[in-house]
Amino acid sequence: MHMADALVSPAVAGTLYACSAAAAGYSIYKVKQEDDPRKIPVMGVMGAFVFAAQMINFTIPGTGSSGHLCGGMMLSAILGPHAGFLTMIGVLLIQCLFFADGGLLALGCNVWNMAFYGCFLGAFLFWKPLVKNGADKKRITIASILGCVLTLQLGALSVSLETLASGITELPFATFAAAMQPIHLAIGLVEGLITAAVLCFVYEARPELLWGVSAGAKQTGKLSLKKTLVILGIAALFTGGVLSQFASNLPDGLEWSMGKVAGTDELEAEGAIYEKAAELQESTAVLPDYALKNSDSAAGTTVSGLIGAIIVVLFCVGASYAFRFFRKSSRKRSGTGA
Amino acid sequence: MSKIDHAMHQLQSLEMLANEDRWMNRLHPSVKLFITIFYIVFVVSFSKYQLAGLLAMAIYPAALFIIGELSFKDALHRLRIVLPVVCMVGIINPFLDRNVAITLFGIGISGGVLSMLSLMVKGVLAVLASYLLIATTSIEKICYALRQAHVPKILVSEVLLIYRYLTVLLSEARRVVTAYSLRAPGQKGIAVNAWGSLAGQMLLRSMDRAERVYQSMCLRGFRGEFYPAHQGKMRGTDWLWFLFWTLLLVALRYGNVTELIGKLFV
Repeated sequence: MHMADALVSPAVAGTLYACSAAAAGYSIYKVKQEDDPRKIPVMGVMGAFVFAAQMINFTIPGTGSSGHLCGGMMLSAILGPHAGFLTMIGVLLIQCLFFADGGLLALGCNVWNMAFYGCFLGAFLFWKPLVKNGADKKRITIASILGCVLTLQLGALSVSLETLASGITELPFATFAAAMQPIHLAIGLVEGLITAAVLCFVYEARPELLWGVSAGAKQTGKLSLKKTLVILGIAALFTGGVLSQFASNLPDGLEWSMGKVAGTDELEAEGAIYEKAAELQESTAVLPDYALKNSDSAAGTTVSGLIGAIIVVLFCVGASYAFRFFRKSSRKRSGTGA
Repeated sequence: MSKIDHAMHQLQSLEMLANEDRWMNRLHPSVKLFITIFYIVFVVSFSKYQLAGLLAMAIYPAALFIIGELSFKDALHRLRIVLPVVCMVGIINPFLDRNVAITLFGIGISGGVLSMLSLMVKGVLAVLASYLLIATTSIEKICYALRQAHVPKILVSEVLLIYRYLTVLLSEARRVVTAYSLRAPGQKGIAVNAWGSLAGQMLLRSMDRAERVYQSMCLRGFRGEFYPAHQGKMRGTDWLWFLFWTLLLVALRYGNVTELIGKLFV
């Protein structure tokens, strides 16, 4: 689900960077409040663990494919949402720099889509409420599956929205979302099951390592297998069915509401004041509709422009070779002189 | 080569490249980081039809590959992750946007084709720019540049620590997977009955390792702060490099340079 730089516009990337930075700032404040010096090395090693564990293929029974661990949910369950979120940022930055998995500019989007939902929503909506009064395998499994499904569904929806807002594809939002949501529902379920298996193992071996599980608390009201299956079924139906319906029936909330109010999908403004405002906007915009100023083509691409681009690149390649040649010869001269 | 082996090989080769003593590698990390981000922002800011302007932006990676004496083939390998995703998103554009946008040597090219191509070019240029950064700058230097840019200490320390223990834990994951596959020959991945115990054991060992790491860090004087190595002040060459690329990229983005040069020949 890592987004590449090409899929986002600077405005969308900047907005998501700001949102992720705000969440990171709050997380840093909370981690500092904990005042536990061993937290930093633990976060570092756990980040490396998640990275390494995501390289392992877990076979999905009955299919020829495999799944991976859900990093955000796993880190939250061990380190807590704040430290988990910061660790995920580190993991995503290293993935982006060393493995080209996601772009530098799209890092804010990727942090939001994968780390924020997994670490905060997964932890606070499902993990904490389910395990705070004592944990057992069923609760851990439910929390992990629901957390992973929600993370992946919201993440996939955000990818569609961010791509739509960036305006880089002609694909309608409804079609994009309808393609993204069901596949991520399946991935979420599998990732949830793998994460649950690992967390259940940790719970049996070293329960004190799990975040939010009160050691002394008694378990209140065990969940039967039937109830568990019913809850999981409803959650799967909701996320798959309801969200997909939302995506296909309501392709654009703004257009829908405008259509209801004005009877048209796009508002048209007339009059001198609107023309003046449009002129003012045109003259002050840094990137006026992302089009080149003074271009004789509506598309911003002309034959002379293309030829000019090729000439510029060829010139620059020649100049770079010349730069390298002169640097090498000057280095040789200085080496001989010494 | 397995996924883990491939990741380890990639980490090792990038680290070796970044630690070489070349002119590009000696430039101040803050300058390289700034120009990389600046470049990517400019590349993605082009509209979906501005292919000519985008093509001209290729001068940055072209020049840096030559000056930095880097292999273009190695960088192409990184495109295998990005290009399929970008193509998948862009491939639909020619079908939905069929209006002829330009006529090139008598052949009409639709807006959809232009937008698909520009999306691909953006994807390639952005990946190449981040490769050029990491291939000429070690992670310690990038972390130093991040600290200079006032990124919080805790985040920078985190990145450094994750990177340090990445190779250790990848080796461990490889040993675990090898041991498992020797006991389960012909099996593609980890079977469902071993999902929890295999990764769970690894996790428990990692937590114990984290405790040992913390104790050894304390013995070496760790007091909750982690300092990336100081990289010195910006030199004249760094400033010149910074000014040269900033001005050139601004000129290419806003100056309509390609149009003017092209008109001289057409």
